[in-house]
Amino acid sequence: MIGAELFPNGIARYLIGGLFIGGGASLIYLSTGIIAGASTFLESTLSYVSNVPRFNRLPYVSSRDWRVVFTLGIVLGAGVYAVLWQGGAWTTDVQWWRLLGGGVLVGVGTRLGKGCTSGHGVCGVGSLSSTSIVNVATFMAVAIGTAQLVQALGVSP
Amino acid sequence: MSDRGPAFYLSILVGGLIFGFGLAYSHMARPEIVLDFLQFEDLGLLFVMGGAAVVTAIVFTVATNFLNDAPLTGEEYVRRVKSFDRNVVVGGVVFGAGWGLSGICPGAAYASVGIGNWPILWAVAGMFLGAYAQGLLRSRLTDSSAGPATAD
Repeated sequence: MIGAELFPNGIARYLIGGLFIGGGASLIYLSTGIIAGASTFLESTLSYVSNVPRFNRLPYVSSRDWRVVFTLGIVLGAGVYAVLWQGGAWTTDVQWWRLLGGGVLVGVGTRLGKGCTSGHGVCGVGSLSSTSIVNVATFMAVAIGTAQLVQALGVSP
Repeated sequence: MSDRGPAFYLSILVGGLIFGFGLAYSHMARPEIVLDFLQFEDLGLLFVMGGAAVVTAIVFTVATNFLNDAPLTGEEYVRRVKSFDRNVVVGGVVFGAGWGLSGICPGAAYASVGIGNWPILWAVAGMFLGAYAQGLLRSRLTDSSAGPATAD
């Protein structure tokens, strides 16, 4: 296969997975008109426990219930894969401080930038939105630079 | 708000199931695979985002041009177009740094919980901390809600 060194695991699982991701977003869109993203859940869910005005604006409070259901669906769907294909649980070796620190930056960046890999990356790019294309190009470039820098510093995993 | 009954929530749940299954099947729920992509060791993730975006592009195009309203809500079909401002770029930079450091993004993190990856709870906790911190700061900086509400 061409580019075997760039695609050591082939492309089938990636493409099939991507089609499922697009399919799930499309089912929600076609039935409800809702453009689903994954990161708004972080803020809308905080409205259950926080009085900070930012989290209690109408779009968040009115969508927080279905966002919880959507997120539960994501967890369960991945669980189906884990049981039927993965043969049980899988755990990462990436160090806890990378997950925690990266998570904080992801929490800040996705909410400041109005979306994440699903909202901007899948739905926004699928909408040919220039805002989303700029955001995706930005986070891709910075992520590649960051990951390569961390690797060069000898941090592994 | 439109009345939202069982059919609405079932549709969201099933959509989430398919979405989450795709994240797990594509291995995007594994930080190592994302880091391999960002380090140019396995470019397979191009087909994940690409494949997903092609599907939504087709569906959004067909729906906005040829279909009336969403059956379960009566909502009009629209494209996802957010207003552009400086935050779109600043947020992209901060998110990119976090994605590159951890190999995790929101949807993939939820899916990672589903594949039994308990250490990912560090990332989930971090994301909530980050989302809370920026919300608190932005609410302090402005008494009224800044700009149009975003939902993605």
